[in-house]
Amino acid sequence: MVVCIVRFGGSNCDRDALRALTDLDVDADIVWHEDGLPEDTTAVMLPGGFSYGDYLRAGAMAARSPVMDEIRELAADGVPVLGVCNGAQIGCEAGMTPGAFTINRSARFQCEHVHLRVENADTLWTAAYDEGEVISLPIAHGEGRFEAPDSVLAELEAADRVLFRYCDEDGSVSDDANPNGSKGNVAGIVGEDATVAVMMPHPERAALPDLGPTDGRGVLRGFADA
Amino acid sequence: MSAYTATVTVRLKHGVLDPEAETTKKALERLGFELDALRSADEFEIDLDATDADAAAERAGDMAERLLANPTIHDYDVEVSEAE
Repeated sequence: MVVCIVRFGGSNCDRDALRALTDLDVDADIVWHEDGLPEDTTAVMLPGGFSYGDYLRAGAMAARSPVMDEIRELAADGVPVLGVCNGAQIGCEAGMTPGAFTINRSARFQCEHVHLRVENADTLWTAAYDEGEVISLPIAHGEGRFEAPDSVLAELEAADRVLFRYCDEDGSVSDDANPNGSKGNVAGIVGEDATVAVMMPHPERAALPDLGPTDGRGVLRGFADA
Repeated sequence: MSAYTATVTVRLKHGVLDPEAETTKKALERLGFELDALRSADEFEIDLDATDADAAAERAGDMAERLLANPTIHDYDVEVSEAE
């Protein structure tokens, strides 16, 4: 069981992800994207950062790198893939999940703790939580506003593919509790197969007990249970 | 083969929020300008050789589909002229 954390030029949450997964006793390695994925890859994490300097659009360049073809093939075989922050932008740009993460409503980079309501606790990534549970994770992004045509969002909701929505501490989903203007307050979704997930908040930054809150461990535990 | 310049203009679909354009509009208003709305777009000028203008436009359109635009949020158009 080896989780490959794919490092692109400009990734900067790869080591945080490795540390968090190691703390959960998950066997993980950082892999340079040009080296391709090792044969014993059993899951893939696309970490946060600023791959290719966010040129053109955040995630646009990395999404079209050759390693993504490998990741798409593995995902089609049921291998779990989690994209966090820049990894989420890459996942959407690569068409692995619908929609796009684009410039925040504030037009600013935002780095803060947010509350999330667990919308679907019946996935690999959310099985550690209860549906409706409110968790707190950090966000750190300038392009995190989820955009999708109304019809696409309706399809996602109908198929229970929204993982998390931004909410207040009581779990109320409102515009006031929406940090970046995301449509439907969507913070994370799954692909057609729920083993592929993308989310803007950072579970790996809320995973080490010595550093504070650990609400993110539940998401990463998906790798241990895969 | 002839040399062409394809100009690909990528803009947000109608109705998609453009926070940078909003910020730019506010800055213009702070400078005392009167305006009703402001939209921004990205323009790419691509020099390429093709058998004719249609082929050049088709290739530039493919570039927009595959990379330059994100179909979820963008519309684009392509104009082709003979390279100077």
